[in-house]
Formats: sequence, C-alpha cells, structure tokens
Amino acid sequence: MKLHGKVWKYGKNVDTDVIIPGRYVTITDPKELAKHCLEGLDPQFVTKIKPGDMILADNNFGCGSSREMAPIAIKAAGVSCVVAASFARIFYRNAINIGLPILECREAFEGSNEEDEFEIDLAAGVINNVTQKKTFQAVPFPPFIQDIINVGGLINKVRQDLKKEGKLITP
Amino acid sequence: MGMTITEKILAKHAGKEKVAPGEIVDVQVDYVMGNEVSGILAIEEFAKIGVDKVFDQKKIIIVPSHTTPAKDIRTAEILKTLREWCRKMGVEFVEVGRSGIEHVILPERGLVAPGELIVGGDSHTCTYGALGCFSTGIGSTDLACTMATGKTWLRVPETIKFVYHGKLPKWVEGKDLILFTLGKIGMDGGTYKALEFTGEAIAGLPMHERLTVTNMTIEGGGKNGIMIPDAVTKAYVEQRVKRPYTIYNSDPDAKYAKVFEWDVSKLEPQIAFPYSPDNVHPISDIKENIKIDQVVIGSCTNGRYEDLNEAAQIIKGRTINPETRVVILPGSQEVYLQAVKTGVIEIFAEAGISVSPPTCGACFGGHMGIVASGEVCLSTTNRNFRGRMGHPEARVYLCNPAVAAASAVAGYIVHPKDVAGKVPA
Repeated sequence: MKLHGKVWKYGKNVDTDVIIPGRYVTITDPKELAKHCLEGLDPQFVTKIKPGDMILADNNFGCGSSREMAPIAIKAAGVSCVVAASFARIFYRNAINIGLPILECREAFEGSNEEDEFEIDLAAGVINNVTQKKTFQAVPFPPFIQDIINVGGLINKVRQDLKKEGKLITP
Repeated sequence: MGMTITEKILAKHAGKEKVAPGEIVDVQVDYVMGNEVSGILAIEEFAKIGVDKVFDQKKIIIVPSHTTPAKDIRTAEILKTLREWCRKMGVEFVEVGRSGIEHVILPERGLVAPGELIVGGDSHTCTYGALGCFSTGIGSTDLACTMATGKTWLRVPETIKFVYHGKLPKWVEGKDLILFTLGKIGMDGGTYKALEFTGEAIAGLPMHERLTVTNMTIEGGGKNGIMIPDAVTKAYVEQRVKRPYTIYNSDPDAKYAKVFEWDVSKLEPQIAFPYSPDNVHPISDIKENIKIDQVVIGSCTNGRYEDLNEAAQIIKGRTINPETRVVILPGSQEVYLQAVKTGVIEIFAEAGISVSPPTCGACFGGHMGIVASGEVCLSTTNRNFRGRMGHPEARVYLCNPAVAAASAVAGYIVHPKDVAGKVPA
C-alpha cells in the first residue's frame, strides 16, 4: 500500500494524555474521538491536517496510558501513518492491533522538516521524502507482527487461530 | 547462562525450559484485569471474535476505577453496559462501594501472587511486580483477545537491574527512589525492558512502598517492574493468597542489558516538575517558594492505607494553609474502611480536607479535583503531563505523601522535616 501526505512534526515523549486527554476517554465513537486528536499538544491539529497526512515524531511516541482511544483518534482523524524514532510499547501494540500504520525510523525524523511531503511503501517500510528527495528505510517488523498486520489486525489473527482449533461459534 | 526472574516466569508460562531476550513467546496468563476505560472497548472487540464465553470466568475481573461513582450519564451508561456483560459472562464486576483503584485492589485481595503472569487493560498493571510476578499493561483489543483465549504474545524483554545501596533517610520513601530513577534514565530509558529493583534500600521497603516503585515502571517506558520475593513479600502474600504460588529468583549469572548502582543513603525527597515524571529535582534544589493551590494524596501510586496514615500524622493538630485545598483519593474501600476505623479520615475531615470515595478521580483528569488554568497542584500521583489533571496551563508537581501533607500545611512545597520537625507519634 502506498501512502501519500504531508508530515506534521513533534518532539519526543508525545504522551497519550496529549493525544487524547483523560476527559475524553469515555468517548468510544471514533469520529468523536477524532475531533480531539492531539488536542493537548497542538489544538490546531485537526483543523490543519488533510486526509492522508502523517505524524512524524521523536522517541517514545504514545507513552503513558494504555488507552486505545489514542491510536483510534489518530486513525479516525485521517492520519495515514505515524513515523517515529521509537514508540512506547503499549501504543505500538494498540496501533498494530487496530490497524493504524506505524513505522519506526529515526533517520526520517532527523532528516525531515514539518510539512515535507512523504510517500510511503508500507509493506517495504520505505519512506520517500518527496520534498527533500531523500529515501529512508524503516525498521522491519518481526515476522510475527507482520503476520498480524497482513491479516488486518489482532482480532482477525485470533479468529484464524481459534478457527483452526475449532473453537469459533460464528463463521 | 542463567536467567532473570522475568525470563523464568515467561519461560514457565510459555511452556519452555528457557527463553532469551528478543524471542516472541505465546504465554498462558494467570489473571486478566480490565477497567471501564479499557473494558468498554474490549467488550466491543470481544463480540467480533466469535466466541460466546471467556476462557475462564474465575481468572478475569473488571474493576471500574476511573470514573466511579459514575460521574455523568455517559460513564453511567458505560458502567451499565459492562455490568451487564460481566453478569452474562459470569465475570466479577467490582461494584461501586466495594471498589476503588484496580492496582490497589488486586494485591490487597490476593488476586495476584508471586510467580504469576498477569495482563491488565491499564498501563499501571506493572504495579504487581513488587510481589515477584510478571505483570504488564495492554490495550483493549489485546484485553479482548486475552479474555477469549487466556493467552497473549509477549516479546521477552531484556532486563535492566537497579541496585540501591544503603538505607533511606527519614522522609525518603519508595516514591523518591522511583522518581530519582526516572530522573536518571528518562521516560524512554526503560522502553521495552524489564526493570528489576534490588539492593539494601529495596529490602528495607515495606510492601506498600515497593508497590509504589513498580507502579511507576511505566513512566520509564518499562514493560514490567519486578522485585525478588523475600520475607516482606511472604508476610504480605500469606495473609491474602489462598492458592499455591512459586517464588522465582534471578540467577547469579543472569544477563542484564545494563546495571545501575546508586548509594541512596543520603537521598532527599524528590520532586518531579511539570510536565514530565522524569523532570526530577531533589527538594533542596527549590530555592523560591512554589505556592500550591491544590494538594492531591492518593492514586494507584500512593493511595494505600499507610500513605494516608503518614499524611494524617503530619496533618494531625495542624491546620491546612488557608489558600491551599486538599483532596484525598483512597485507593480502595478496604483502605477507606481502615482509615475510618483508625481515625485517619477524622483527622482529614477536622483539618478541612475533602475525602473522595475510592477512585482514580483527579489523577487522570476525570473528576474529583480537576485543576484550572494557571493553578499549581502538588500530587502523589504518577504523571504530570500537560493537561493530565485538567487545564493544559495547570502545573502539577509529583512527590511522596509526607511532602504532600507537609506542603499542604505550609502552602508551598517544603521538606516534611520543616513542618513535622520530628518523628510523628
């Protein structure tokens, strides 16, 4: 899958409290959550982005709370991919599980500016900075995690496993 | 090559003799916890899996903690939906009035024990590692799948070992050890890693302070925090756990990614400044008065009975600064009841302090003590990110319960010795 969009650049330790503040964690509708995406860090974020745009961040993106509303809000806001130097582990799992594309690539963070245009080949992990005519290679996913991505998230993976064991009650 | 305690617990639950860092293993879990925030999304995902029952009714618990008692219609509806789901599935739903904060309740009720593997839909699930078990936080989809299968996948983490030499001085506690550590390693210093806490200072900590240390493992990015069980652990667990459990130890030749050794015999109370739990300074660094609008004492970090009692003994017979307000958030109904029986709640009430029902409340900016723009809050909770406790322009400082109580009396951040003067009776 090829993704295309402008990047919005943030620093290190972008925590889940600024991605979706605690006063909104009782919202479960993705569209409602999307309205508050990154509100704590950049209140203009949802008005300035276009569908397909990307978040580019330094170390430890998504640290803090385990709230799955954080990747859900980002995905529903129309962000096509989060590229970060590194991710906090619960956010990393949650993003993979719900199908929000993420790539770990320090070089892309260090070598790109806000509002650069990115073109990303997700399967290959190749990040092309169109504005600066530079190409970066993201850290590849372990095969086990690539499997979860390939089947469209953890629920599908677990369904496959349970089906093999004959434990599914619905087809 | 030997194994660490974390590697041994993961190997056991993966049905393997040995595991090594980096390996991805499928593990059988002993216990699964969800709260209302993770639970409400988890049951939606659970419905998509295509099973009609959970893997084991007795090994799952839903603890509404963040928004209880229901703070508005939306949370009331969430609690209702979860309550009905739990009844249908035969899973325990810990009802308001018997509930509180999940990370206080699970150890207190003996639902987690040494050697076990626990996952929970809350990042502070790492708290239970103080008992010598592996426990880690997960999101809602992972929670749903684990409730269906009793299994999850984990990447075996490398371990960082922390050795704290010396005995902690008076007024310096588990909270200060972990804040000091976060100040040294930073918020991503432990990312994907197991953090093993050892040494003379840890051996000298009572269980409630050990739980404070492992609780904030996640603030360093850690996957799990863990301590080797000892006599203190056994004394705590024996009163609560009614099933067999296994004590694991790290081998002398276990491999560590890093070892940090610090002499903490002269450590001071530590303060985390806004807006990060790793922005830590010893209290003597504060040269000008930092005036406080609100003090919060409680949470899964410092909401246990001993924390409340420590604060009460400092406050007893003194008055709260007229320009400062104090909110107490007891960790559980058991904590609350004990504090009633021993007169701790009476001390708070007489001093003009607001005592909340057991809840996460203000810690995550839900309810029960939200802060306004420009306000300063001193809190015993675990995170002071921008906007976490309320308005993004509020400033939250983190500290131990003694500092919080003494500062409530002074009206600005002070060392407890400046207020209490001597060991409280």
